[in-house]
Amino acid sequence: MINKKKIVIVGATSAIATHCARKWLSDDAADMILIGRDYERLHRLKQDLSTRSPMSEIQILQTDLNDPTKINEVVVKTAKLGPIDIVLIAHGSLSDQQLCQVDLISCARELQINAISPVIFAEAFAKVMGEINHGTLAIISSVAGDRGRKSNYVYGAAKGLVTRYAQGLQHRFANTNVKIVLIKPGPTDTPMTSALKAQGAKLAAVEDVATRIVQGIEKDTSTIYTPAKWQIIMMIIRHLPGFIFNKMNI
Amino acid sequence: MTPISSWGRLSNNPHKLEIFKDPKSLQTSIASSPNGIAFGNGRSYGDVCLNSGSSLWLTQGLNCFISFDRLSGLLKCESGVLLKDIQDITVPEGWMLPVSPGTQLITVGGAIANDIHGKNHHVKGSFGDHVTLIKLLRTNGEEIECGPNLHPEWFAATLGGIGLTGVILEAVIQLRRVNGPWLESETIPYSNLEDFFELADSSEKKWEHTVSWVDCAAGHGSRGLFMRGNHSNNQAEPPTQKKKINISITPPISLINKLSLSPFNNAYFRLNKNKSLSRQIHYKSFFYPLDNINNWNRMYGPKGFYQHQCVIPREVGKDVINEMLSQIALAGEGSFLAVLKTFGNRKSVGMLSFPKPGVTLALDFPNNGAKTLKLLERLDAIVAQAFGRIYLAKDAHMSRSLFERGYPMHQEFLKYRDPGISSEMSRRLLGN
Repeated sequence: MINKKKIVIVGATSAIATHCARKWLSDDAADMILIGRDYERLHRLKQDLSTRSPMSEIQILQTDLNDPTKINEVVVKTAKLGPIDIVLIAHGSLSDQQLCQVDLISCARELQINAISPVIFAEAFAKVMGEINHGTLAIISSVAGDRGRKSNYVYGAAKGLVTRYAQGLQHRFANTNVKIVLIKPGPTDTPMTSALKAQGAKLAAVEDVATRIVQGIEKDTSTIYTPAKWQIIMMIIRHLPGFIFNKMNI
Repeated sequence: MTPISSWGRLSNNPHKLEIFKDPKSLQTSIASSPNGIAFGNGRSYGDVCLNSGSSLWLTQGLNCFISFDRLSGLLKCESGVLLKDIQDITVPEGWMLPVSPGTQLITVGGAIANDIHGKNHHVKGSFGDHVTLIKLLRTNGEEIECGPNLHPEWFAATLGGIGLTGVILEAVIQLRRVNGPWLESETIPYSNLEDFFELADSSEKKWEHTVSWVDCAAGHGSRGLFMRGNHSNNQAEPPTQKKKINISITPPISLINKLSLSPFNNAYFRLNKNKSLSRQIHYKSFFYPLDNINNWNRMYGPKGFYQHQCVIPREVGKDVINEMLSQIALAGEGSFLAVLKTFGNRKSVGMLSFPKPGVTLALDFPNNGAKTLKLLERLDAIVAQAFGRIYLAKDAHMSRSLFERGYPMHQEFLKYRDPGISSEMSRRLLGN
């Protein structure tokens, strides 16, 4: 237990992040910092993780996920606690596309939480990790970011921004000891997708998605599709010519 | 609306799913969606967890541990935590659930609401005997904490109360010490019910876990395999994980049928009776053999299957079980997962708890429509005459009169019902 990993999770109470945290702690005790906006839910997760892994030290930091000044404060505070091994940026909200089309305030809010906020967090962590030339920065994007489609293009565009941003970071940190991991989950069975589930959509088990993420981060895989089949599905979708794609009802 | 089946897959009717990410969001939602019922991991067989056309409150999001005292073995967790989640973290630390059923893929809330039992009923009673506290949420927003010494009447109503007294939010469970994940077990073939009862009686003093598989296809004077086990002190490493088998499609007809049952049972009996009498076995293989086969319930084909589990008072046990097995053989219907076990001489705490002194027979029948229902009615008539009762967690067919006869506390139970909760089973057996 001398070299416990230091793991930071932003949006820690999201289902995928929670299961990643559990998976990490089931393998080894770690020092974990949970960042989120709802103190009560962070506390609930802290209790859960401490119960599972009593040798781990779990801290929570509550903050405003949309304020760049506060984001910077939290990241600087986190970095002061010691060198960070892994950062997972996991927060997001599955936007209601119809609502975004008629209500521009909702549209702006969804773009803010799914694109701007994770990028600001990543930029702040990139700075502190770059300074010590150490650590893996993993960002959760989505298969929805691979190609815009009518049923969820506001969410898709936000995730597309995250994808491009992560590519840029990968370029920036190539040949350094800072690794950038881009994660693209397919539709996963979480409270975020409850509306999809209620409509009877087939969703991947969150435990399986999390296991693949944790394994991918361990190996510093540059892009993780999870479940793996989405790599093939999205390759096809990306390459479909417009005249075919535009006829599809997806 | 989403089509939902219980584990028996007898129906697939639309339900309104309400999904929660934490207890707080559950509290705000159940008040606004009346006449729902909590739904955990959907492993009960009949209609106890179903509510066609109305709400299911999915508790899978309530999956957080709250605390675990590694010295006393007291575990506090939310109700959507699976028994598997608990044992995955506690067994390596020398603690196990004192009572668990044939699968660990059920939630704590479901284990309490059905007051499940295991192979060690004669030693440890039912699940509820080890629950020290339940936090219950009523649909009017009221929270009730109850336990054996705290509002015991609410505790007795909620234990085995099939989810009708409120939504279980949290529970405290007293785990039991084990020296590792291993059990010493023995498998002994028997050739008739006299031998079964003799084996059961002689084993109960020295063996914590006893159960038997009975060959239904053999009819009167059934043969079977008696299994008994004790927790072992062996600290050997757990075996490498077996690869899970998945039944990914539903076969067009039940694989368990008239033609297959006899050879299946024959092969199973012969394979196991010649296995070494005594062996060391991992707790997962001993308690949960079917957990390694994903979707095993699909074996019964698209029409699903009925489960019939009754408990019969010991005095008439042998004759009644004999009579039931004869009826099954006569009907030409068969059961592959037929389990025969004696319960200990102890009264259950829950008003609608299933276990009581006697012998319990669990059967599965592929759904062959009217023919199967007719057999179930014959079996029910035998149970009624013997003053037995049917297990609610498995039932999808019994009459209201058999329920009332089998569960004499049902009137008392009604005082504690939550008027905002209803299920298919409650409408069938309690009228609303």
